[in-house]
Amino acid sequence: MHTLIQFFVILPLIGFLISVLLPRKKENLISKLSIYTVGIHLISFIGFIGYWLFHNHPTIDFKNIILFESKGYEFFIDFYFDKITLVYMLVGSFLTFLVTIYCSYYLHREHGYKRFFNTIMFFYLGYNITVFSGNLETLFVGWEILGISSFLLIAFYRDRYLPVKNAFKVFSIYRLGDVGLILAMWACHHLFHENITFFQLQNDLLVSHHLENHSFIGFFVAFMILITAAAKSAQLPFSSWLPRAMEGPTPSSAIFYGSLSVHLGVFLMLRTYELWEHQTSVRILIGLLGLTTSIVASGIARVQSSIKAQIAYSSISQIGLIFIELSLGFHILALVHFAGNAFLRTYQLLVSPSTVSYLIREQFYNFVPRPTSIEDSFSKKIKYTFYILSLREFNLDTLVYWMWRPLKIMGRSLKFINSKNFLYYFVPAYVVGIILLINEQYIPTQVHELLPTIFAFIGFLMVLKSYTERKNVQLAWILIIMNHFWIALAISFNEHYIYTQSLLYLSGIVIMGMVGLLTIRKLKSLEDHVDLNTFNGHSYEHPKFAFIFLLACLGLTGFPITPTFIGEDIIFTHIHENQVALAFFTASSLIIDGIASIRIYARVFLGPHVKTYHESAFKSS
Amino acid sequence: MHTHQHIFNEHEVLHELKHFLPAQAPLKDFIHHNTLHAFQHLKWDNAIRQAEVMFGYKVSLSLEEYRGLYQSKRIKPENLKRIISERKGDKHLSEWLDKTINKVYELSLQARIGNLRSHWKSQYHINLDSVTHPKIFRILCSYLDQGISIWKFPVHEKGFLTSIREIEKTSTISLFNSERARKLFINNRLEIDELLAILVGDENLYKQYIFDQQFAHQGWSGMVSSIEDQPQSLLDPKKISIKELIILECLLEIDTLDNKFGENWAPLSHKLSEKPIDLFASIQSTELNEVLSIWQSAFEWSYYDGVLNGIKQLKALPKNNLPKSFQAMFCMDDREGSIRRYIEKNDPYSETFGTPGFFGVEFYFKPEHGKFYSKLCPAPVTPKYLIKEIDTTSIRKKDAHFTNQSHSLVRGWLISQTLGFWSAIKLFFNIFRPTMSPATAHSFNQMDKFSKLTIENTNPNDRENDLQIGFTIEEMANRVEAQLKSIGLVKNFASLIYVVGHGSSSVNNPHYAGYDCGACSGRPGSVNSRVLCYMANKNEVRKLLTQRGIDIPHTTQFVGALHDTSRDDIDFFDESSLTELNLKNHQKNKLVFEKALDSNAKERSRRLVSIDTSLSDKKIHEKIRTRTVSIFEPRPELNHATNALCIVGGRDLTKGLFLDRRSFMNSYDYRIDPDGKILTNVMKPLGPVAGGINLEYYFSRVDNHKLGAGTKLPHNVMGLFGVANGIDGDLRPGLPSQMIEVHDPVRLLIIVEHFPEVVLNVIKSVDAMYEWFINEWINLVAVNPETHEFYLFKQGSFVPYNPIEQTIEHISDIKPIVEKTLDNIPVYLTN
Repeated sequence: MHTLIQFFVILPLIGFLISVLLPRKKENLISKLSIYTVGIHLISFIGFIGYWLFHNHPTIDFKNIILFESKGYEFFIDFYFDKITLVYMLVGSFLTFLVTIYCSYYLHREHGYKRFFNTIMFFYLGYNITVFSGNLETLFVGWEILGISSFLLIAFYRDRYLPVKNAFKVFSIYRLGDVGLILAMWACHHLFHENITFFQLQNDLLVSHHLENHSFIGFFVAFMILITAAAKSAQLPFSSWLPRAMEGPTPSSAIFYGSLSVHLGVFLMLRTYELWEHQTSVRILIGLLGLTTSIVASGIARVQSSIKAQIAYSSISQIGLIFIELSLGFHILALVHFAGNAFLRTYQLLVSPSTVSYLIREQFYNFVPRPTSIEDSFSKKIKYTFYILSLREFNLDTLVYWMWRPLKIMGRSLKFINSKNFLYYFVPAYVVGIILLINEQYIPTQVHELLPTIFAFIGFLMVLKSYTERKNVQLAWILIIMNHFWIALAISFNEHYIYTQSLLYLSGIVIMGMVGLLTIRKLKSLEDHVDLNTFNGHSYEHPKFAFIFLLACLGLTGFPITPTFIGEDIIFTHIHENQVALAFFTASSLIIDGIASIRIYARVFLGPHVKTYHESAFKSS
Repeated sequence: MHTHQHIFNEHEVLHELKHFLPAQAPLKDFIHHNTLHAFQHLKWDNAIRQAEVMFGYKVSLSLEEYRGLYQSKRIKPENLKRIISERKGDKHLSEWLDKTINKVYELSLQARIGNLRSHWKSQYHINLDSVTHPKIFRILCSYLDQGISIWKFPVHEKGFLTSIREIEKTSTISLFNSERARKLFINNRLEIDELLAILVGDENLYKQYIFDQQFAHQGWSGMVSSIEDQPQSLLDPKKISIKELIILECLLEIDTLDNKFGENWAPLSHKLSEKPIDLFASIQSTELNEVLSIWQSAFEWSYYDGVLNGIKQLKALPKNNLPKSFQAMFCMDDREGSIRRYIEKNDPYSETFGTPGFFGVEFYFKPEHGKFYSKLCPAPVTPKYLIKEIDTTSIRKKDAHFTNQSHSLVRGWLISQTLGFWSAIKLFFNIFRPTMSPATAHSFNQMDKFSKLTIENTNPNDRENDLQIGFTIEEMANRVEAQLKSIGLVKNFASLIYVVGHGSSSVNNPHYAGYDCGACSGRPGSVNSRVLCYMANKNEVRKLLTQRGIDIPHTTQFVGALHDTSRDDIDFFDESSLTELNLKNHQKNKLVFEKALDSNAKERSRRLVSIDTSLSDKKIHEKIRTRTVSIFEPRPELNHATNALCIVGGRDLTKGLFLDRRSFMNSYDYRIDPDGKILTNVMKPLGPVAGGINLEYYFSRVDNHKLGAGTKLPHNVMGLFGVANGIDGDLRPGLPSQMIEVHDPVRLLIIVEHFPEVVLNVIKSVDAMYEWFINEWINLVAVNPETHEFYLFKQGSFVPYNPIEQTIEHISDIKPIVEKTLDNIPVYLTN
């Protein structure tokens, strides 16, 4: 039974890989492949459940592959199955199956038919990995896939301005949430001194033993996980991304933002329950977060006058309630609530275009003119205030904008990082850093202690600059590569660090960095206008370049297609408990790396095409 | 000299602005119209180029597309050569052939609109729109909302700005972020020029600034303008004007700028190094424009010539004077052409007619228990009559998924854990076994089949809201007489005359109204068909008609019916009133209709990839029906796509010619109208109705992004009156890509069967009608009914026209071709 679980992850992986290879014009083949993949998945999973129930429904943990092993460290993929997996998988499989069939008709003749099904399959793969994951590392792999595929689905209409803008917005918030997960993983290493599996968390004794001695780290881990979960489940203060994600074809919005994607925060909380179960403060925090979110979001939902935004906020407010249920420990209720809410919102979104004819007909027969309300001035004041607040979405969207603002201002002020100075100062500086590293033994201890943080900080500046660069595409790209090099250098000063691990970390960066760089150079030789000031939309003429560059971006962000993603994890194990600043700069760098490289991808390849010989949509649409 | 006269005349500018904005009404009143109506006073070529340069619209196919059509022989070399020779002379033929076919042109488009306001970004480094648009769209949508939001806009009865002002005054939280804008707003007498003085500075630029600003979101501005002019198009009425929108938007712009720069920033005009090019400046026609124009004409005539050749080669049918088994009036709609063809084939003794689908009876309709009236006649007509539905028996079904309850917190908690699981089951069945549900917009729901209608008025004081309830006998007779004369049915009446209105059913389709009958203001024509039949069956009316020379035998009965064009269903009304003999014949005729509907479904299915066209007619028909109730099917039918022709004349002119559902057909008999009086009434609506449909399809097809609604897949319903992409997008007027993708953008060719001099007098008699032809928005050919020669309307007169000779193939059965052709089918002779 144990080995059976991996089948449920491998099947969508195979489906996805084949779907990428299919010819673009073969609509039927593309949709059939997806339908059969998900269909077989669903049916075999139902069979598996029967088998599992018949065999006393044990909790299953399956250590799949050890990807990397060294002294005191093991990086492995781990799968896990229990009732939470069961509910999430069943709901996910069922909805994806129906919606794939739906889409096979709905998207007929749509430009990007194949791209759409590729992305759906990719999403489904990510969902499976996440739901079946047995440790935080495996979960993170799925989590990253979900983030990228969400970005691609929201930006499905990639030649329009708003979808691309909103996709990037959502991706930024997802990445922000990912800081929490990375730091939680880091803290967990220090808490348990190993890559702890969810199965081990079942061991109450083990968990409470570790938590007792490190109550602050315990809180830190729980808090970080809560941030990640809140970002994914659109809880406060991140809520405003969810309605803005409704840019793709309606069924994709329905299944991902109406149901599956948005409930994964809840999943994360359920999965890590044992980590915060005994921390009353965390539970109160979760409950309060859920409560405020549900009140605020239901207020906002009430004033929405567009159907999808209304459903999005209603869904958020229900998820707020699920968070309360979680904090109270009502797991079964939370699972039932999740399933019901997911089905309901998916269906509501799918039939949302029917609202016009249905509600107009209702209005035609039942309309009662609104009375002119005369109320006392106090209740009026409160009412109007709450109305305007809700109409302004409690300023949540501007809040997100303000969160990024300091970084943007900092990045923009780094004018001295330009292509010339880069060559004259920063490359030599790096060489000096390496010389220092080789002669590590001669450096005084106080300086030695500072060096990792300083180097990580320089790396952080690089990526900030890259994130705000508006002209030079190559520079922005190289800065991201350099950021990784600085981090590798910084970590190398920590003891026990072995150079081969650095190589492992940097190998993917170098290869994918070169691929990206070559793509940009080639594009620049073909096109006059390639910059970062506006969206260039070059995917219109160069879809292949766009695809290759996307792969390069993924490689550079530590996506599980190169060894870098293991390297990233290893790096964190080498950051000591007391090196909070180093951990912070490293984690932030990795997060902003992802945002900066996707930003380059979006600005160069997505959005309205800079060339105007063909029809294109207005910016406001 | 008026030295104090202002350069900026607000009234004039707003009037002009409203003229240019999209004129699409709220979704429930979706009616096709010429998208570029603002340019209709100009000649076609000039007009579309002007629109292109001003607003950046793409106004024709691209050079590449035309050349592709030429490669695939859809544009015929003979036609291309003829067009070039006509325009450039034979001497320059090879030179221009080379230009059209081979020369490389610079194709980039630069629009004038938005140039002035783009300086905010280039000079001030601020993206105003990204701040103001979401805010203003949200306020507008909440104010105009017809029933999505649970908390309505708190103040509503006082007009747009006054309502917001009252909220702003009372609320502790402001809509604005800075003090100055708020203060300005609270001040009651706010004028546009005051605000523009702050924003723009130079009065010469005000007009251009307003155009730039409003055309940055032409969807919303167009909606506001349309609601301002026709408040009744919203059931829950809202007072709003474009002026108010501009004031609010200017305020929000000031607010955004203040928020970033403080109150001291220079108006836009101070930072302009040079004056931006005037939006309205005249344009130079380029060689590329000429090339595109040649291509467009060549494309159009490559098709037209085939049709004219077909008409020429059509052998006149031997007249049979046998009595007709039945006659049927259909809407002139291009979608009804094929069903008429099959009916005539299945019963050679039947006779069909085409006429605007409101059948000449104009009125408001009030369904029983309805709170409103629906207009059932062409949009420009304002009826004086009301017809009420009484004694209904059917019950409207409800669906809890659309209720507001699920969006509230506590009830939502209960609902999501109960109804939520029901949704899963519903979704399952909706995918695997789609059936009719309350979510479906079903054409037969407009009226209860067994209800009674208050058609007759016996007491002139019987009125409601200034409308007369029902028609008097005299009024009935007038309408029946006019209707019968317009289609030339004044003798040889069959014993059964069907009057078949049409409607359409679909689900998940916000544009459902655009699928119904345009002549009934975007609604099904069932009530109209019943009303006309009632009138024509009335003894007193018959008596009056006899006095006027129309002698309908007392054995003849009119029967109302509704044809659902997406489901290919038909239903007949008031069958119980038929005499025994007629009922017997009616039962026979029903079989004829049924068979024709099956065949029609098959013919339609050839363009729908999901249906195997080689299946039997019956099976295909079932699939066609399922399609209309499938929530995952964005194309319940293809509507007017491919429309290109309008035939005005007797059925014999085109009977036996396969026109592939591309033609509007208005029956008309020149013999009873020698001076063209009736023809004037027949042709008057052709421009706005058929021309409007044709041009909306044309423009939505050539620039689906800017002039159409784009793909409908991501559409989000805004306030029940419009659709947008996502939640922060501009409204998308025009047609979605799913409706126009198979459409060939050619202008309408009207073919009239009458003497050219009569037709000339007719079109000249009404200025508005003449404009369509003289400015070349519609092509016009007159067929001399005696000599059968063609006359083309060209620059104000009719000139003889000989289509380029081609042999039209003769086929006995269209079925094999239908089964294997996906694209347009060429003209065939079928008799």
